[in-house]
Amino acid sequence: MDFVQRAVDPWGQNVPIHIAWFLIQVAAIAGLLFLIVHVIYLRYFAPKVPDVAVPPELVARTPPHVPRHSVASRLYHWIMAASMLTLLFSAFLPKLGVEFDWVPIHWIAGAVLTVAVVYHIIFATFWQDFWSIWPDRADLLDAWRRFLRFLGRQVPPPRRFPKYPLENKLYHGAIIITGLTAIATGVLMMSRVRTIFFPRNPYFFTDSAWGFVYVLHGLAGVGLIALVIVHVYFAIRPEKRAITKSMIFGWMDSTFYLKHYDPERWRIETPNSSSLGKPPEA
Amino acid sequence: MAVIRDVMPAFELFQPSSIADAHKLLKQYGADAWIMAGGLDSFDWLKDRIKKPKVLVDLSGIDELRGIRTTDNGIEIGAMTTLTEIVNNPILRQSYDLLPQAAELVASPQIRNQGTIGGNVSQDCRCWYYRGGWPCYRAGGNICYADTPEGRNREHAILHAQRCVAVNVSDTAPALIALDAKFVIRTSKGERVIDAEDYFIGPDIDITRLHILQPGDLLTTIRIPSTWARTQFYFEKVRDRNVWDFPLLNVASAMALSGDRIERIRIAVNGAAARPLRLKAVEDDVRGKPRSVATGERAGQLAVQGAIPLQFNAYKIPLMRNLVKRAIGGVQEATWTSYREP
Repeated sequence: MDFVQRAVDPWGQNVPIHIAWFLIQVAAIAGLLFLIVHVIYLRYFAPKVPDVAVPPELVARTPPHVPRHSVASRLYHWIMAASMLTLLFSAFLPKLGVEFDWVPIHWIAGAVLTVAVVYHIIFATFWQDFWSIWPDRADLLDAWRRFLRFLGRQVPPPRRFPKYPLENKLYHGAIIITGLTAIATGVLMMSRVRTIFFPRNPYFFTDSAWGFVYVLHGLAGVGLIALVIVHVYFAIRPEKRAITKSMIFGWMDSTFYLKHYDPERWRIETPNSSSLGKPPEA
Repeated sequence: MAVIRDVMPAFELFQPSSIADAHKLLKQYGADAWIMAGGLDSFDWLKDRIKKPKVLVDLSGIDELRGIRTTDNGIEIGAMTTLTEIVNNPILRQSYDLLPQAAELVASPQIRNQGTIGGNVSQDCRCWYYRGGWPCYRAGGNICYADTPEGRNREHAILHAQRCVAVNVSDTAPALIALDAKFVIRTSKGERVIDAEDYFIGPDIDITRLHILQPGDLLTTIRIPSTWARTQFYFEKVRDRNVWDFPLLNVASAMALSGDRIERIRIAVNGAAARPLRLKAVEDDVRGKPRSVATGERAGQLAVQGAIPLQFNAYKIPLMRNLVKRAIGGVQEATWTSYREP
């Protein structure tokens, strides 16, 4: 079984040309299998989230609507989601037999995604808490504790989550790898079609280097199929609905916040500008 | 570059004697089956050992697919009818002469004796990079060798190119579009009748095919309605060698006049894109106008709007402009015809 399709170029070299298209189905099945396994895990194995005693003064200080995503962040997310779905459908539906003029749709959506991602990188680096989305020691320690408790070992309970749970952070990391690979290779591939950005230059790389670019783009693409399936699944799960709603309205319910999130690890700004949780040390 | 070898790769040969049997075979073998009509396109592929089908379904034994029949609403041509039969058919000559004119300019007499109307409209493109077996877009790869700074693209597309710049080279296709023909296709879901212009697809829709036939589908009949019978026809083909060549460009038009004014018109060109192009904008523009050089001039300008030449085929833009101009405005010079027995 070949995962990469190869061909002999005019110079007699055996070069990769793209991924084998059956990987589309493999990625879709992998995404769906994850859902099934996760549903079974939640139904039969997952420990219940323990109720946490929240100090009344903290409850009193917490606004009913806890701000989570700014307008700019939400706008970015939905633009990225729309362009990502457009890219996936325009890339893979033709391979599954749905025929339409997909190339312009694909590169235009790719250009939108590229601009959105560049904006996001700059915005997150300079105007947001850059490190909040990266796993830290506490995340890893808590994950280890959860695993040991799942195995029945007696270990201290993990803490409640910071703004982004480890799963979110890992997902974000996977999206960074696949998304940036797809974008970087996609920008290069734009030089092979007629776009408004730059003149065609099919000789930019050698045949085998181009093949490598196409294979990487394909792998990132099918990887994103599985990742998007998983993302949509979590977005519509009942217990995650508060998080999904926050991506629409910008805030989450204070009850949900206090139950699942650690105010010390995710400090929110209150209207009078004092942050919740333990005051930062001087 | 492919080297022509005389020995074809091994395949299982089926020679059905009915449409039903042929369709059953095509359904059974799907993408593994290769349909052969006259064999003129097929044998190139097979002898070059570029296409290696597991199964070859030879349609030459199916009598149902042959012949030209008049119907209540026009005429019906079996897909396996040879081009020579079309050229010599008196009814076609009398009422639908556009098609015989186009068929007569296909290749050589020997090829017309063997080549069929179904094969002519369904033939693959002649881009030598693709025919040479190189892994271009059309062959499932990731590059167009013709659309490169040094690519040999004199014969290639000036319109609607998208990644692949190969062109459709059928002579009969634009004539059938101008005559508003309908193609009858036997599919797994039953019979499907489509307009001639919808039979052809460009690389924007599927870069590996020139027509809509899916594995298992079979073009059985071409119907020409009487709508355009005995109207004024024009067909012109420009090629490098007048004795035997594919078109660089061709144009076909059917026109009904009211006095000197163009009442109705259908016009199509081929060789400019991966599918024969019906020039609707031109039709709309010239309808109601006098058939004159000025109208033709304007139509020619309109026809080439949006054309993008490649490195070596910019000549096709004025060529297409002039062909359309001549088709609309008329031409005084005699057009080329082959010798026929008196």
